[in-house]
Amino acid sequence: MTTVTEPVIARSEQSGVGPLLAIRNVAKSFAKTAVLRDISLQIAEGEFLTILGESGSGKTTLLRIIAGFESADSGEILMEGERLDLLPAYRRRVNTVFQQYALFPHLSVQDNVAYGLRVAKLPKSEVAARVSESLAMVKMSTFAAAKPANISGGQQQRVALARALVNRPRLLLLDEPLSALDANLRRQVQVELKSLQREVGISFVFVTHDQEEAMVMSDRIALLRKGELEQVASPREIYSRPATAYTAQFIGHTNLLRGEVRAGSAHCHSLSWRIALPDGPALFSLRPENIRLSGSATETSIVRVRGTIERQVFQGATDLLQVACDDGLTLSVRTATRENRQGEVLLEFNPADAVPVRESPDRG
Amino acid sequence: MFSRAYKAAVTLPPLLWVVAFLLLPYALLFCYSFWSVSSSQTIVHSWTLDNYRELLRVNVYLQTLFRSMWIAARVMIFSLLLGYPLAYYLSFHAGARKDLLYQLVIIPLWVSYLVRAYAWKTILGSDGVLNTLLQYLHLTKHPVEFLLYSPFAVVLTLTHIYTPFAFLPIYAALEHIPRNLVEASHDLGASPLQTFWRVIFPLSIPGVLAGATFAFVLSFGDFLAPLLLGGPSGIMVSNIVVSLFGAAYNWPLGAAISFCMLLLVLALLLLSEKLEKKWSFR
Amino acid sequence: MEFSMSAARRNSRWLPWHAMVVFGFLYLPIVTLVIYSFNGAGVGGFPPRNLTLDWYRMLVADDAIWESVLNSLLVAFAAMAISLTFGIPAALALDRANFPGKTLFRRLVLLPLILPGIITGLSLLMLFREADVKLSLLTIVLGHGTALISVATTEVFAGLQKMDRAQEEASLDLGANYWQTFWRITIPNLRLSIIGAALLIFTLSMDEIAVSFFLIGRDNTLPLEIWGRLRRGITPEINAISSIIFVFSLLAIVGWYRLRMSSEGAPEIVTEVVEKA
Repeated sequence: MTTVTEPVIARSEQSGVGPLLAIRNVAKSFAKTAVLRDISLQIAEGEFLTILGESGSGKTTLLRIIAGFESADSGEILMEGERLDLLPAYRRRVNTVFQQYALFPHLSVQDNVAYGLRVAKLPKSEVAARVSESLAMVKMSTFAAAKPANISGGQQQRVALARALVNRPRLLLLDEPLSALDANLRRQVQVELKSLQREVGISFVFVTHDQEEAMVMSDRIALLRKGELEQVASPREIYSRPATAYTAQFIGHTNLLRGEVRAGSAHCHSLSWRIALPDGPALFSLRPENIRLSGSATETSIVRVRGTIERQVFQGATDLLQVACDDGLTLSVRTATRENRQGEVLLEFNPADAVPVRESPDRG
Repeated sequence: MFSRAYKAAVTLPPLLWVVAFLLLPYALLFCYSFWSVSSSQTIVHSWTLDNYRELLRVNVYLQTLFRSMWIAARVMIFSLLLGYPLAYYLSFHAGARKDLLYQLVIIPLWVSYLVRAYAWKTILGSDGVLNTLLQYLHLTKHPVEFLLYSPFAVVLTLTHIYTPFAFLPIYAALEHIPRNLVEASHDLGASPLQTFWRVIFPLSIPGVLAGATFAFVLSFGDFLAPLLLGGPSGIMVSNIVVSLFGAAYNWPLGAAISFCMLLLVLALLLLSEKLEKKWSFR
Repeated sequence: MEFSMSAARRNSRWLPWHAMVVFGFLYLPIVTLVIYSFNGAGVGGFPPRNLTLDWYRMLVADDAIWESVLNSLLVAFAAMAISLTFGIPAALALDRANFPGKTLFRRLVLLPLILPGIITGLSLLMLFREADVKLSLLTIVLGHGTALISVATTEVFAGLQKMDRAQEEASLDLGANYWQTFWRITIPNLRLSIIGAALLIFTLSMDEIAVSFFLIGRDNTLPLEIWGRLRRGITPEINAISSIIFVFSLLAIVGWYRLRMSSEGAPEIVTEVVEKA
């Protein structure tokens, strides 16, 4: 088993093969509101890309444009070099798993899965073979004759998946397919989906607002905010090297330290450390788990600050502490869990963990 | 949540009224069909099957029954042919104008039936608008006769009256179809035409059945249009019943025919209900 | 960037034309009627000539017509009262109570909607005959009221489905009894359905012929008055009264539609009636 988090794009770049899907300068407005502004993105063969964003970020619109249910106002989409956006939805080698599954209520599970094949007028024997293969892959073979109304949400979701994959699309789009499932089932399905994607080898474009989900499943994450891409990178990269304040805050917890750089040193409240950046105002993202309590480290580059624990939030494996520092700064610190942390503490962190990030300006 | 007293209070008054003014009269109808009328024009309360025998024996009753059913069938077919594409257009293609167009379809329903039937009479008559228009345009030299006082006129008028009735349940059914099913069908490679036949139409069948039932049953029992526009060749079952309660004074026979109509209508309703359930996937 | 949807439009470009034809078919007779109510040369003939208000003047002077209008109004209001008084509890009963014979009750209540009107009419005629009740406006009121209970029931029932049940529960929770909850919470929530039902019942009663035909006494309702004249021959005076009826119907439905739009958004009006039947 390959390590799941390796970005697959590296592979395709090496082999010199062009991207599967190239989205170029796509923009879309509804009424007078701009929903997508100048989006450019590439999707590689066999990669699991997640488009992550809050509601209103435009993520679903982007997906629908790729699927063909909306048309972009400007820009183009190419699949393997050919214009995809000029084709109607029913001629694209792209299939979608819908948020509410959209299973046909009047057809059995089997007939639902067979739909695309029958529409393409494939011979009956081939249809039957591919349908049973698809159902087996999602473990729904015993429900072949059931109607969608009589199976559970999780089962419907699997049928929707089978129905899409049986057509062997070049690209599979998934529109928040796990949002209707309860937490435990979600975690299970996330893992199943990921291994399914590996097994099938098709590129998956997955849309979600849940950043944890994105981190678990993706080879790359494309973070969308108010119609523009904030950052496109692997989960590890986007977590440890966020490009903007928004990215740092949206994915995981962070402390945003506002300060300025003067003559090679960053200054934030009473803290300072050496940094090779030009002078000027600066913003830093410091993850709570990178701050340690009462350190015994001896390096002179370590930054230390004293403070008082204001609040302790139990989070299972760890605690999230809110510490009021002496100079007025409030920091969130993550530590191993222990009951009743109180009183004064000495915090320390490695300045390399204070990642400089760009501002995320307010967009109308 | 609701006490027994509450439930009794809301159930008993309508129940009693309905028993008194619906159940009892229909039961009375049933009884009357077995009685007879004496030569002195009084109702004789003695039980006999003569009325029903009469219906089967005398040709004109069965003939009229079949004619009525044939007229009703044609009205049903034309109403569906007119109403379905209209409903489809409103539901899937009309966009922002959907509500306005819906209102426009409903308005004729609220205009008096009598007014509308009368309007057709003025249009179709030999001195009517249509005929004089045709002559004015030199398309015909003489008035076209069959336009009025014929089954044609009855079918035309009833289609005009009942097309909105057919439209309504079809429109409701189409509106209930989740749009993501249409998108899913396109996503899976089906063209709009394929999507219509494989997804939209099957899911609209309960609406079609309801509309068809309305159009057929209401046309079958209609007495106004044939009376105004049917002429001798356009007489329907209800006209016979009306005359039996009027000039021809034979209430029991009229009751017998009415009861048969009642049974027929109930049978059709039950059949329609069964079929609708079979085709309903909610 | 026009493509996918335009393919769909291309194949179905006949749909708007079909729609226009159907609308034309639906409105042609009404429009013709109105135009010819101003036609000096009488009911038929083309093109319309001698535009005149004579027929309307004749109409205004026609006492018999106005008497029948008055009768119709009385009947309509009385029928409305009966239908609502029994129809609203019937809807509540269907929604909340379970009792033996409930299915039969439901079918019975809804039957007059689809059953040919004359059957309901002559059944009631037989009832009045056997009970030795003389035919009059009262018998018509009873007939209309009974037949139109189904309209009230269906509208109110549909309104109940849309209502937020928790409101009644909250009212009981806060100490109101059933009677108070009914008047303070249930009825106000059903306001729209009740008004809609009232309007529909009123309009249907004003136009009702089939049931009235059998239950008429000495006094005519408007449709039966017009009917009587039609038997004797057509005059454009009938066009005039018909045009007026059309205008009132138009006002009624537009008024009701605006009322519903203002609180609900696009309604389904009679489709609910039809669906539940």
